[in-house]
Amino acid sequence: MLDPYKIREDFPILKRKINNHPLIYFDNAATTQKPKQVIEAIKEFYENYNANVHRAIHTLSQESSELYENAHEEVAKFINADGMEEIIFVRGTTEAINLVAYAWGLHNLKSEDEVLVTLMEHHSNIVPWETLSKINGFQVKYAEVNDDGTLNYESFENAISHKTKIVCLAHVSNVTGVINDVKRVAKIAHEYGALVLVDAAQSVPHLPVDVKDLDIAFLAFSGHKMLGPTGIGALYGKREILEEMKPFHGGGSMIKEVTFNTMTRRCSISLNDLPWKFEAGTPNVCGGVGLMAAVRYLNDLDMENVREHEEILTEYTIRRMQECEKVQIYGPEDASLKCGILPFGVEGLSSHDVALFLDSYGIMIRSGFHCAQPLHEKFRLKSSARASFYIYNTREEIDRLVEALKEIER
Amino acid sequence: MSTVEDYVARIEETCGEEKNYVVIFKYDLKNQAIAKILKKAKVEKSISRIIFDLTFENVFFRLYGTGKAIFRNLKDKEELQKVLADLLL
Repeated sequence: MLDPYKIREDFPILKRKINNHPLIYFDNAATTQKPKQVIEAIKEFYENYNANVHRAIHTLSQESSELYENAHEEVAKFINADGMEEIIFVRGTTEAINLVAYAWGLHNLKSEDEVLVTLMEHHSNIVPWETLSKINGFQVKYAEVNDDGTLNYESFENAISHKTKIVCLAHVSNVTGVINDVKRVAKIAHEYGALVLVDAAQSVPHLPVDVKDLDIAFLAFSGHKMLGPTGIGALYGKREILEEMKPFHGGGSMIKEVTFNTMTRRCSISLNDLPWKFEAGTPNVCGGVGLMAAVRYLNDLDMENVREHEEILTEYTIRRMQECEKVQIYGPEDASLKCGILPFGVEGLSSHDVALFLDSYGIMIRSGFHCAQPLHEKFRLKSSARASFYIYNTREEIDRLVEALKEIER
Repeated sequence: MSTVEDYVARIEETCGEEKNYVVIFKYDLKNQAIAKILKKAKVEKSISRIIFDLTFENVFFRLYGTGKAIFRNLKDKEELQKVLADLLL
C-alpha cells in the first residue's frame, strides 16, 4: 500500500500555497506534478551528460546516447514490450496517434475501409482519423457509450466488420475514468483482421499495463501524465508492424544513408533501424532521461499499489460527495470500474464557476469539455468539472474538497 | 492614462458549450481592480466577501477575491473589452 504522506516529501511543488491555502492538486489527468528524482535527473543530464545522440564518437555523445537508449529500454520493460525497437519516443500521446495515422493509415487505409473509434475518445483519437479520412476517403465509425459512461460493447460488435482495418480506443476515459476492456475489444478486432490502437494516456500512469497481455498493435502515452517532463511520450508498436510502416517525418537520424546518383540526379535513401526510423531530427534526449526517472519512480512504488491507492481515493470521494445535495457525479459510481478521475457538476453553477470557486480555496480542478466534446454532447452536458487523483493525494485533501463544495452549496 | 491592459494579466475563453470569458487581473493590482469594480457594479450576492455576483449594464459576472472574474453571455471579446474599460477606467 502507498504512503502518500511519504511520497509528498518528494514533490516540492506540493509545499506551495495558492490563494493563502495549501495547494491541493486534483488536475492529474491533465498533467502530474514532478518528484525531485525526475527534476534531479533532468538537472544531472544538463550538468553532466548533454550532447547530441547518435551523431558523434566523442565520449559525451556516447554517454548521452547510452542514456537515451536506456530510457527506451526501461520504458519497453515498463509496459512489457519486446525491447527498445518497439518504443518510439514522441512528444506525447497526440503525436503518437498522428504517427500511426500518417505512417500506417495514410498507406494502408483505402476508400472502402473503415476505422472504428468510440464516442468517449479524447479529440486526439478522433481528429487524426477524421482528418485522414478526408484524404483517403475511408469511413470513421463510432461505437456508442452507455448512459453510465461505460463502453457499449454491443454497439462496438455491431459496428465492426471486415471493412474495419483499425480499432482505436482509450484504455481509460479522460472524462469519466472508465476502464475499457481492451482485451475483449482486441479479441473481437482480431477476428475481423483489424489492428488495435490504444490511447493509454490515462492508463499507463495509473494501472499495470502489459502490451503482450492486451495483444494490441499500438499503444500511445505521455510522459508528463506519469511524473515525467512535458514534450516526451512513447508509441509502442508491434515490431513486425513497425518494420512494414513508412517513416512519419523525414530528416536526420531516421536514415542510414542518403546517396546522390549523378546519373538520375536524385538521392536514394535507406532507412534506419527501429526505433530510430521514426525519430527524425535531434530527439528530446533530456525528456527521455526524465521519463526514465519517472518510470523508475513508479516501478519502485509498484503499479499495483498505484492502482489500489487511486481506487481507495475514488471510492472515498464518491462516498463523501454524496453528502453534497447539489453535487452530481457523472459516470459510474463503482470505483472498481474506474481510474481516479471523477467528473461532476454542481446544480445551478457552470463547471468554470466551480473551478474558480475551488481555486480560491487552493484546490486545482479542471473544467470544460476536457477535449472530449462528443462525450459531453452524448451526456447533454455543457461542460463538466473534473477532479483527478494521483499517488500524492490524500483523504484529507478530499475532505477539503467536499467541505469547499458544501460551502459553494450554501 | 491607464488602460484595461494595466489591470488585466490574461483573458481566457472557457472551454465548453458556454462561451464565457475568465479575466485574470494582475496580481499586484488585483485589489485595486476589485475595488473599482465593486464601486461601479451592483452586488447581487456575496459569499463571505470572497465571491461576488455582480451586474453592470445588463452584464452578469462573478468576481473572485483571488483576482479572477467570469463574464457570461457576451457577444465577443470586443464587448468584454468595452465592459472592462467601463468598469476599470
